[in-house]
Amino acid sequence: MTSSLLLSAATFIYALASVFYIGSFSFRKPVLARMGFWVIMIGVLANTGGILLRWVESYQMGYGHAPFSNMYESLVFFSWTIAVLYLFVEFKYKESIIGVFVAPLIFLAIAYASFDPSINSKISPLIPALKSNWLIAHVITCFLGYAGFALAFGFSFMYFIKPRDPNATSLFAKLPDWDVIDDLTYQMIVFGFLFLTIGIITGSVWANSAWGKYWSWDPKETWSLITWFVYAIFLHLRLMRGWHGRNLAIVSIVGFVAVLFTYFGVNYLLSGLHSYGG
Amino acid sequence: MDKNETIPKQIWTFFASVRLTVYLLVLLAVTSIIGTVVLQNGSPQEYIRLYGPGLTNLIKVLQINDMYHAWWFLLLLLLLCINIVVCSVERLSKTWKIIFPDKITVNPGRFSSLKNKEQFTLSKDVGEAAAALEAVLAKKIGPVIRKQTDQGLVLYAEKGRWTRLGVYVVHASVILLLAGALIGALFGFKASLRLDEGSASDTVFAAKTRAPIKLPFSVRCNSFEVRFYDTGAPEEFKSNLTVIEDGQESFSSDILVNHPLRYRGINIFQSSYGTASPGKAVFAITDTQTKQTVSHTIKKGGSVSLPDDRGTFEFEGFIPHFDFRGHNLGEAFVGRISLKDQESFQVALPTKFPTFDRMRKGNFSVEVTSFKQAYYTGLQVTKDPGVWYVYAGFLFMILGCWVTFFISHQSYCLGFEKGQGGQTLVWLAGKSNRNPHGMTLKVKKLATQLKEI
Repeated sequence: MTSSLLLSAATFIYALASVFYIGSFSFRKPVLARMGFWVIMIGVLANTGGILLRWVESYQMGYGHAPFSNMYESLVFFSWTIAVLYLFVEFKYKESIIGVFVAPLIFLAIAYASFDPSINSKISPLIPALKSNWLIAHVITCFLGYAGFALAFGFSFMYFIKPRDPNATSLFAKLPDWDVIDDLTYQMIVFGFLFLTIGIITGSVWANSAWGKYWSWDPKETWSLITWFVYAIFLHLRLMRGWHGRNLAIVSIVGFVAVLFTYFGVNYLLSGLHSYGG
Repeated sequence: MDKNETIPKQIWTFFASVRLTVYLLVLLAVTSIIGTVVLQNGSPQEYIRLYGPGLTNLIKVLQINDMYHAWWFLLLLLLLCINIVVCSVERLSKTWKIIFPDKITVNPGRFSSLKNKEQFTLSKDVGEAAAALEAVLAKKIGPVIRKQTDQGLVLYAEKGRWTRLGVYVVHASVILLLAGALIGALFGFKASLRLDEGSASDTVFAAKTRAPIKLPFSVRCNSFEVRFYDTGAPEEFKSNLTVIEDGQESFSSDILVNHPLRYRGINIFQSSYGTASPGKAVFAITDTQTKQTVSHTIKKGGSVSLPDDRGTFEFEGFIPHFDFRGHNLGEAFVGRISLKDQESFQVALPTKFPTFDRMRKGNFSVEVTSFKQAYYTGLQVTKDPGVWYVYAGFLFMILGCWVTFFISHQSYCLGFEKGQGGQTLVWLAGKSNRNPHGMTLKVKKLATQLKEI
């Protein structure tokens, strides 16, 4: 058993989960969505096993580092964080239909890691700047933040497809009540915001011990701050200006675009301290 | 805005608006993008090459070449700070009475109509039921207030009133960390220092202006080491430094990337390295006619006589890049041959091509046969007295966010009505200043616990 085998298994299991959720939604069979929950659970097990095994393998190769050091590893971990957070949310809210907006994201992240030929999946040694205990704290908190925003992004689409008429019988009428949708997106953004804050702070403290600057306006830093601003705007609009519904959902979607740019755009389009990935 | 207000009052009202906060955050987010797209801190030539002379002028006028320190960006940050302070003062003065009330007033009417209301019956009379539930409520929530109303007896308990302060902690933390950044910018410095192995210095050079800054001590680099993985990627850079104070060696320490030296408010970081001139090397000098070779170990700046005393050879120095007819041949030793009665000339001896000097076809050819690679270490030297304010800001921000978003001010109300046959009808409802859904779940859970009494 190798880590890459387990991670490919996880990719296909997540794909299967997406099929279950989408099937449940399209054919109005709630039982499929409830099965989807367990399929994601199995996917998370494979995903967890893959990450742990990769960690062990890096020690066997003599490099010995946590598997959070390049784009491939971060995408695999991104999938894991979204999946785990989603399982928690479904368990807590007992709404399985919302998985249709999340399962594809879990699958896409890990599939992108495996299928994009420009992403190197080899275990490589750590450059000196990454050799720090802050690596684990920084990556875990940032990706928990990203996962919260990813879920909020998925849930935001419900605002645009759920019919306003409470007596509607269309496919989309089965979605959760408005106040549940509202609460779900808000809770995910609050969760994401707290962890993005901690992620930026751990990165900043780390930068101060590696380079002697806690903030250097590097593109990755700046974009994470821009993302933070967007979600700060979201929170102020919601809590202080009474925004709700679609307008607020648009802010949440803009926020996730900023997350994606912080994550991918900066690595591919701009250069800076984070150019090694993650 | 009311036209009759005085000007200071109008200014105050302007800064007390959350709409202003949103606009400022949008402006900060949008303008921050510019600095990630336009080259920062480049040379004038680079700007002209990349953007042409017209745009370069615009970039200079708006200080986009150092955007995050441009006056207008700093002004946005200043406005945000004023906005935060004014908003907080304004709101805190209004909510102070809510956070620290003289006496908690209970208004059961605000609870009995809530959506999360739970109802159940207990087979006890009102007095017994209330006494039993009061004990549970006091244990699970907090001190209980009893109130007799027209509808019957009401019990009230609450917790987390103080969490309403969390948001002010978050806002104060923003001010604190910006203040820390300002202190760092005013009283600190960021500088660099290049030390060859064996050399010492007490003067560093500021990152932007290159102005010399004197440290309260000297630093000597005893040795520098670089290790590589088998893939060729660097594994570790390490400098062994000795701190010298008043001519006395104080202590020595290894510094690595991520493991700086911090001493007397000065931080020294490993940031780069490069090859330096070796102090000595072994030169083999061959007489091209007789093919006889003699070897000498020569110190930098030293010289030896050529065979048969026909002149001298001097080891002049070492250059990192030797340019030969437009090709960079890399590191090279530089020597000077002075033949008797002739003008002296320089020879370059690239380390990658040991026999290079034979191509010159002179009377003598020189070859470097052995030398110890020497390095210089590139150190980043900083002083930042503001960093502790920034770190305190970080801590308050995390704590404040946690309290604001995950702990709430919850109040619960229990109502008792006399039912039939000695039973008591009980209702429970709860209010929270955050997370109404979570509150509904909490009320449900508490109701199940209370039912079992």
